[in-house]
Amino acid sequence: MNLISWGMYPKIKNHKTTLKNISDLSHFTTTINEFIAYGNGRSYGDSAINDEILYTKNYNNFLDFDEENGILNIQAGVLLSEILESFVPRGWFLKVTPGTKLITVGGAIASDVHGKNHHVEGCFSDCVQEFKIMLADGEVQTVKPESELFLATCGGMGLTGVIISAKISLKRINSQYIRQTTIKTKNLKETFDAFESHKELPYSVAWIDCLAKGSDIGKCLLMVGDFADDGDLDYKSKSKLNIPFNFPSFALNTLSVKAFNWLYYAKAPNGISKQKVGIDSFFYPLDSIRNWNRIYGKNGFTQYQFILPKETSFEGLQEILGKIAHSGKGSFLAVLKLYGKENKNYLSFPIEGYSLALDFKIEDGLFELLDELDKVVVRLGGRIYLTKDVRVSKETFERGYPQIQKFREFRKKNKMSEKFNSLQSKRLSL
Amino acid sequence: MSYVLIIGAKSDIAKEVARTYAKNGYNLYLAARGSEELAELKTDIEVRSSVSVELLDFDITAYETHADFYNNLSEKPLGVVVVSGYMVEQKKAQKEWDESLQTINVNYTGAVSILNIIANDFEKERRGFIVGVSSVAGDRGRKANYIYGSAKAAFSAYLGGLRNRLYESGVSVLTVKPGFVATKMTENLDLPEKLTAQPEDVAEDIFKAQQAGRNVLYTKSIWLLVMLIIKHIPEFMFKKMSI
Repeated sequence: MNLISWGMYPKIKNHKTTLKNISDLSHFTTTINEFIAYGNGRSYGDSAINDEILYTKNYNNFLDFDEENGILNIQAGVLLSEILESFVPRGWFLKVTPGTKLITVGGAIASDVHGKNHHVEGCFSDCVQEFKIMLADGEVQTVKPESELFLATCGGMGLTGVIISAKISLKRINSQYIRQTTIKTKNLKETFDAFESHKELPYSVAWIDCLAKGSDIGKCLLMVGDFADDGDLDYKSKSKLNIPFNFPSFALNTLSVKAFNWLYYAKAPNGISKQKVGIDSFFYPLDSIRNWNRIYGKNGFTQYQFILPKETSFEGLQEILGKIAHSGKGSFLAVLKLYGKENKNYLSFPIEGYSLALDFKIEDGLFELLDELDKVVVRLGGRIYLTKDVRVSKETFERGYPQIQKFREFRKKNKMSEKFNSLQSKRLSL
Repeated sequence: MSYVLIIGAKSDIAKEVARTYAKNGYNLYLAARGSEELAELKTDIEVRSSVSVELLDFDITAYETHADFYNNLSEKPLGVVVVSGYMVEQKKAQKEWDESLQTINVNYTGAVSILNIIANDFEKERRGFIVGVSSVAGDRGRKANYIYGSAKAAFSAYLGGLRNRLYESGVSVLTVKPGFVATKMTENLDLPEKLTAQPEDVAEDIFKAQQAGRNVLYTKSIWLLVMLIIKHIPEFMFKKMSI
């Protein structure tokens, strides 16, 4: 059974070794030529794919919880969902969580993931107190924020070593409910204004209708909110729907996407409305459908996610959304988000500005379209998110990440570049 | 809250069964040979679930120790889950008698020994549940796996009889028949994805089936169908096949 990524593309033959304990790992690391660590397979592209894979999800013990300071020590294979299951009922939540809870802690660090509160809490690395990592020589090192190894590893796509465990700080909550406000906008201008005027709320995200054209471009549902002060903490993960097989690839044509976008948009009341919703439906709407990636068919899909500096965001989004609408290549999910300040990590994705994420099924002509979009992104000073990427060119990537040379030198100096590699790292010479 | 006793607690399935019961508020006795190796799991469960976890040394083939083991438990458990299993390659088992004997003793004789003791107590108390993890391999003898399979077949038959006997006392008995499960034991086999369960899903299935008072559980459920077909292939054909 070959391991694949969430986008189900590319599919290559690989050999899997399961991480069980430190001494086996040390032996593996020093004897195997080249490999990449793999968590729960939720990165979209080729960043955790190679011929030789270290499977870390079973390395998932909880080690300690410091109740006083809210600091949880866990092994790297623990899923965020497991943390929630144990700690929401006790009044704790993740400081930073992406739109899926089905990722490992190791993956969260390697991708330096972010969530709907980036403008307030930053990236996942901001809640990491320290972590342990096995380096190329098979030795374990404890890493604290600000050190070079920390800056290279957070967002470093698993290319500096194997993350073994981490201490992360949780935040207090009084309720498992979020008070949500939904704002329905008519165009991009209104969308931007709505983001700005709700900046004081910690959580915000917008669903954009990508197929809207002309003056409708950028119309969206913006959802903002914060945890309620009252209510219970009786959190249990709901049972899941499952997509048991790959849909035929014609299932997702322009018409069906249009219908979906229309239903989603049309169902929301005009203007501003308020709701009280649970953690799962607010933070993880798609996790309730197991294997939702299969709706794109067996050829797989990719998620195109870019970010633009604030100054150029409006112009850039207008142009890119226009090109996408014109191409007719539909995206089920288009998520727009306003980001706060960038951090110091060498390869973390977020910069201050707007990011858009869209899914595309893999088909002829897609990569040409994305290359076109890349040109706009690069021209306007933006960058592409490695965790989602499977096809960006080295040139586009390098122009977006000015610290890449530092990262490469650090890898080389510490013999990481010969040991830890993915298809992506080889494609982009990371 | 009540205790659940898990016999053979070092396996991947047992680990997830333990986490699942703890998540639902049960305290745990984790019994295995060399139980000190379970210290990390004990910490893990205590941090996750704030239940109490006791580690107990237990050798399923040291039959003479079983009565004392059970009688010395500080509080008698509400339920027991027997997960102990031993599987070597069929070719090795058929060549080496010691391997055959170990397969029979761990999968069957030892389980009978400890469950006889526990069943007598549960019957007297008129409460409790018993879960035995058998295998689909016990549903029909195949050349690829019949020594292990026959021991599991005996265990399944035992559990069936026990269920019948304890019905009147209100003690439930669940026979679990996993198909392929992605564990240490099967790590190097190339298992078909659609037929292979993850240990955490098996544990969830076991917990739900036990709570619902079910009798026999195939997990993944597709195995019910697979085994139904395999069981119904006429012997004159079956003996010529390689499955």
